[in-house]
Amino acid sequence: MYLADRAAPAREESGAGGRRGRAPAIPAVVLALGAVSLVTDVSSEMVTAVLPLYLVAGLGLSPLGFGTLDGVYNGVSALVQLTGGHLADRVRNHKLVAGIGYGLSAVCKPLLLVAHSLGPLGAVLALERTGKGLRTSPRDALISLSTPPEHRGRAFGVHRAMDTTGAVLGPFTAFLILRAATDGYDAVFGVSACVAVLGVLILVLFVPGDGRTPVGRDGTPGERPVARRPGDEAVAGERTALDAAAGGTRGGTDVTEGDRPAGPPAVDLRTALALLRLPRLRALAACAVLLGLTTVSDAFVYLLLQRRAGIGEQYFPLLPLGTAAVFLLLAVPFGVLADRIGRRVVFLAGHAGLLAAYGLLLWAPSAAALPFLVLGLHGVFYASTDGVLPAAVADVVPERLRGSGLALVGTGQALARFCCSLAFGAAWTVWGDVPALLGSAVGLTLCAAVAGAVLRPSPAAR
Amino acid sequence: MTPKHRLLVLAVAVVLLGALGAGFVLHAATRADHKNAPRAGGPSVSAGRVPLTGAHRIAFVNDAPGPQNAQVATVPAGDTGGGRTAADLKCARFYAAAGTGVCLQSGLGVVSQTNRAVIVDASLHTEHTFALAGTPSRARVSPSGRFAAWTVFVGGESYGAAFFSTRTSIVDTRTWQLLPNLEEFTTVLNGNKYHAVDDNFWGVTFASDDDTFYATLGTGGHTYLMRGSVARRTLTSVGVQNVECPSLSPDGTRIAYKKRVLNGASLWHEYVLDLRTLHTTPLAEHHSVDDQATWLDNDTIAYALPHEGDVKSTDLWSVPADGSGTPHLLIRDASSPAPL
Repeated sequence: MYLADRAAPAREESGAGGRRGRAPAIPAVVLALGAVSLVTDVSSEMVTAVLPLYLVAGLGLSPLGFGTLDGVYNGVSALVQLTGGHLADRVRNHKLVAGIGYGLSAVCKPLLLVAHSLGPLGAVLALERTGKGLRTSPRDALISLSTPPEHRGRAFGVHRAMDTTGAVLGPFTAFLILRAATDGYDAVFGVSACVAVLGVLILVLFVPGDGRTPVGRDGTPGERPVARRPGDEAVAGERTALDAAAGGTRGGTDVTEGDRPAGPPAVDLRTALALLRLPRLRALAACAVLLGLTTVSDAFVYLLLQRRAGIGEQYFPLLPLGTAAVFLLLAVPFGVLADRIGRRVVFLAGHAGLLAAYGLLLWAPSAAALPFLVLGLHGVFYASTDGVLPAAVADVVPERLRGSGLALVGTGQALARFCCSLAFGAAWTVWGDVPALLGSAVGLTLCAAVAGAVLRPSPAAR
Repeated sequence: MTPKHRLLVLAVAVVLLGALGAGFVLHAATRADHKNAPRAGGPSVSAGRVPLTGAHRIAFVNDAPGPQNAQVATVPAGDTGGGRTAADLKCARFYAAAGTGVCLQSGLGVVSQTNRAVIVDASLHTEHTFALAGTPSRARVSPSGRFAAWTVFVGGESYGAAFFSTRTSIVDTRTWQLLPNLEEFTTVLNGNKYHAVDDNFWGVTFASDDDTFYATLGTGGHTYLMRGSVARRTLTSVGVQNVECPSLSPDGTRIAYKKRVLNGASLWHEYVLDLRTLHTTPLAEHHSVDDQATWLDNDTIAYALPHEGDVKSTDLWSVPADGSGTPHLLIRDASSPAPL
């Protein structure tokens, strides 16, 4: 789908097209980052798909309790994300930090070949997740920095669609290999390592480093108009400041930033935390956390779906593919929609979709269409929130602190979802699945209402 | 670098990495083929009929390389090192008693594993097949041959992606009624009704009354020995902790089990629990045992240990049940022992 978009001539370059005219080509950086994510996701999902099998059938291990470690690590992973985003701003090189993240995950794949017990395997997977945590925010920052604000929804949509395509292709590849070579888990890990290296290479070769110039360095079409648009002068000014700062001695140059609130050019922890003083970012972060607190984790959604719709347990591995298929199909259209009618509307509508999914699970009519409807709504939820939120965050965070800002909201959301998982698990234990889900649905309704009010566009912002 | 150069570098990398990846797959495929070829010095295996009744034999899953790899085989109980007879039934896990066999099989689907439990009669003919929710782990048949039970590992059910839980099912081979999940039984832990999301049951072992069974309950980081009733759909804690994969002796007085040595580590020691006194005795095996042991008779226990220097295959060992003596190699390149 992005190919079709890409083929469209970059008409806006002439300045003739209005804001609602035909969209210019998707920036090459976004496509490159999408390709990196696609390839990397093929690599990591290959491993994820065969891991249970490898542990139980391949190594003959009893992996109970493995999940505890994994759950605890989710919290750590969120903090790593914060570090990654902030670090990237600090060294003014998002590509470098993202590259380290991708590289770290790539290094872990061959390590899987030599780890034969739960302890080392857990450590390798934790390291893999650290890489993922590190790269998320710098990568999203790169996407936002290379795309004009009015097309960011689409850019993130394209990236998420490519990313999810990789996640779907991964398991197919892994099982293709296992069918060719019985018990060939080492082959799966080996191929996964090769694929991961390819991902890092695409990043190194085709994503321009932002340490020097964030956009248009390669003369890539569709990026130049950014600075020309009347509404974007502030952004352009900011970029110039960033360039100047990056060009001078690190941390020592004093740069005037026009009439924007003056901040020190060197990004430190205090500057990053000062982001929370931006009312719009604070509102977005608060909403992401609030909604995250009532977003039941995927695993529970599938488990509920299986129990409420009476799906055979052997089909359990297929359920995430249903969500992913809808997500990857709708990520771009919903991103474009978010650009047209506003990120807030699409973001909130996505949560309404999730609420509808909860409702269907609670109602549980004995219809054959139930699983498809729930998975469809679950995919709609992801398509209208996963890329739209960072697009909205990018709108309100200055370029210099883009990584930190994205990480702040992303981490808040991840930690909130983790808390929701723990609470949901506890509620399920004490009251059962229906009351737990009912509680989440009521909570989601309230939080969505609050978010709707808080995110109402202020006259100054739009 | 010009864009042209970059594309060139990418193309070269794709070719090199592609070749390397193909090498990995070819290597694994060759090894898989190798496994189907008999190895010099390996145990002699002949294809033949493997009846589950009558003879004083031990049934097991043959792990020896060769065309009979993964097939159900038997050896005479008095000559376990002798030639094995293997049947045309491949299982990841197997158990049999009184002419009923349960064979847990794994196959590969498009994006996941496909697993099933096959109940076979005394001539290993399929009587019934059940789809499984996950990777086979344990299998048992009641002494009368009426009930079969199995435990599978199910991935991805909770907070993280790589979470594991167990699913334990019992089937009545007279009525073919399936009790799909022991978690649906009424559970009483330390005198109180108990239910938690992290409930996991595994390792069923049956008594000879066709009702009583024992299993492990894992919850909140602890494991408990539970006594169950198939008829009443109940599970009650016996009062002993740190008991996994119980195995009831033929006389019904003792339970062999694996006890976790160190919390969080995958190390277990095999013990025997006297059900009358709740006294536990460590067995003479000093290696970590991660298996549901089998009683060959009232005095001897058999279990699988990883083959020396090769984590991917196992040998069967036996050890006296009273803590005395030393372990003996029972059957090499084998798993899932079942005395017939």
